[in-house]
Amino acid sequence: MSTITAEARLTSSRTASRALRAVRRRHHLETAGTLLLSVVLIVWTIVPIYNMVMISLEPEGDVFTDHIWPRVWSIESFWGVLTQGHWYLEHFWHQFANSIYMGAMVTILTLTIGTLTSFSIGRMRIRYGWLVSNAALLTYVIPASFLAIPFYRIMQNYGLANNLWSVIAALVAFATPYAFFVFQEYGRSIPIEVDESARIDGASPIQIYLRIYLPLMAPALVAVGTYAMLLAWNEYLYQFLLLSSKSSMTVPPPVAIYYAFRRRMTAGLTMGGVKG
Amino acid sequence: MSSVRQVLAAGLDALNRPRPSAWHRNPHGSEFAWAIAFVVPYAAVFFAFVVYPTASALWMARDPALYRELIASPLYAQTVVNTALFVGLGVNVKMFLALMLSGFFMRRRWWVKATLPVFMLPWALPAIPAFVSFHWMLIGEEGLVDGLLSALFGIQGPLWLNDRGLALGSNIVAYIWKWMPFWTLTFYAGRTAIPQEIYEAAAVDGATGARRFTHVVLPLLGNLYLVCTLLSTLWTIGDFTTVSLVSEGAPAYSTDVLATLGFHYAFDAARPSLGVAAVMSALPVLIPIAIILMCALQTRKVQL
Repeated sequence: MSTITAEARLTSSRTASRALRAVRRRHHLETAGTLLLSVVLIVWTIVPIYNMVMISLEPEGDVFTDHIWPRVWSIESFWGVLTQGHWYLEHFWHQFANSIYMGAMVTILTLTIGTLTSFSIGRMRIRYGWLVSNAALLTYVIPASFLAIPFYRIMQNYGLANNLWSVIAALVAFATPYAFFVFQEYGRSIPIEVDESARIDGASPIQIYLRIYLPLMAPALVAVGTYAMLLAWNEYLYQFLLLSSKSSMTVPPPVAIYYAFRRRMTAGLTMGGVKG
Repeated sequence: MSSVRQVLAAGLDALNRPRPSAWHRNPHGSEFAWAIAFVVPYAAVFFAFVVYPTASALWMARDPALYRELIASPLYAQTVVNTALFVGLGVNVKMFLALMLSGFFMRRRWWVKATLPVFMLPWALPAIPAFVSFHWMLIGEEGLVDGLLSALFGIQGPLWLNDRGLALGSNIVAYIWKWMPFWTLTFYAGRTAIPQEIYEAAAVDGATGARRFTHVVLPLLGNLYLVCTLLSTLWTIGDFTTVSLVSEGAPAYSTDVLATLGFHYAFDAARPSLGVAAVMSALPVLIPIAIILMCALQTRKVQL
């Protein structure tokens, strides 16, 4: 009897150790696989960025890189940019300021117009409000680049040719439908009773909008604001087409702000997805 | 799988419950005036910068003779093929990889977590320097790609932008590089929104690994995937930046897409109406996509 139990115990411990070994092997495989994929993704991401940085560090006249490291490290190019030391760059700081101004204006206007309209449609339930948000989606039927040619003519009619505001107006028009979408989705998570009690206490719609709606919408505001700013930075066609004089041109600004907002931005995106 | 379905059904019921307005029924009097005033700024922007340009575009491209001219032009036919390849391959490869990678980034290893911020870089970088960098990487023997090929393997690389197929492929790769991170983040957000209990319930019912993906993740993310793919298709059909900076339409306009061809017609050949007609010829494709997108958005299961 005792020998049988002992044998059984032995077999079971053997099976257990085999299972353990299989688990461990799978663990090692996962480690190797994820490590490999991480390395591949980092190389894939970094190569074009590395190329960009390297070109900017090359001494002038040595743009083409048949070697993998620059022969001479040179910050001459950056110095040239910062001191506007080339005819092409004589308005650099002015253009840099334009970019910041444009990004800021697109963001502020998208947020202002987007929240006002979403408040009216989503919280005050204006009659035919659904019509506005559906009409807004029509903006995406025709891509922005397809409207570039008529836009060019229309801006001359509006007297906005070669004016930063022509690009700002175009970008705000294309960013707001997405803003409505996010604001209305996020707004659903704020109980309407909050508005109701404020109203019973005698708050006017504008007070409810400023004191209750905007503070509660903060995460959505950050998400949409980042989206609008990135849209302004990635825009090329409209700036290229509508701004031809050097003093109104823009340069794409740095990416620092993205990193400052990244955590909140991801949080905003996730919050939109609570209902998955 | 029934436990999963119950959890889902409860969540959807809560979502679909109608909500009352603070302004019982509709706003009246001065409040109605406020509500209207709040909508006016957007209405102004919408009519001045969306309706008017669209109407103007349709008016410019109203002459049927323009379309006859386009159909007769071999350049236009080639451009339509290029656009279909660029959008079809670019969007689908990008979205599929993004869906897979979002699953990869859910893993709790420190190196996976450390890769995510690096992987997001292309999205944070402005498009212009990024695509210019791609262009310089590919120009001939002096570019980084061919430099690497000869340094590592001793192969003489091709002239990437002198061959239609290679140049088209380069555009697609650059496009995927720039936009895959954004959609990966979107799907990642979608995956984190799936409650842990659903995975646990599915695991109890025996769905793990690949079966979890097909039976739990796909049904839950399916509509999100559809909406994102449609939206991305709409945006990519109108993509001007990638092609105009990476291959610049080279060699000899053979890699142009509709957006860049329209631009060439309007500003290089000084025929704005023909340019507008070229881009407007995509409407029969754009309108059905937009309609499907609106239907998919109405189902209320989607978050961006």
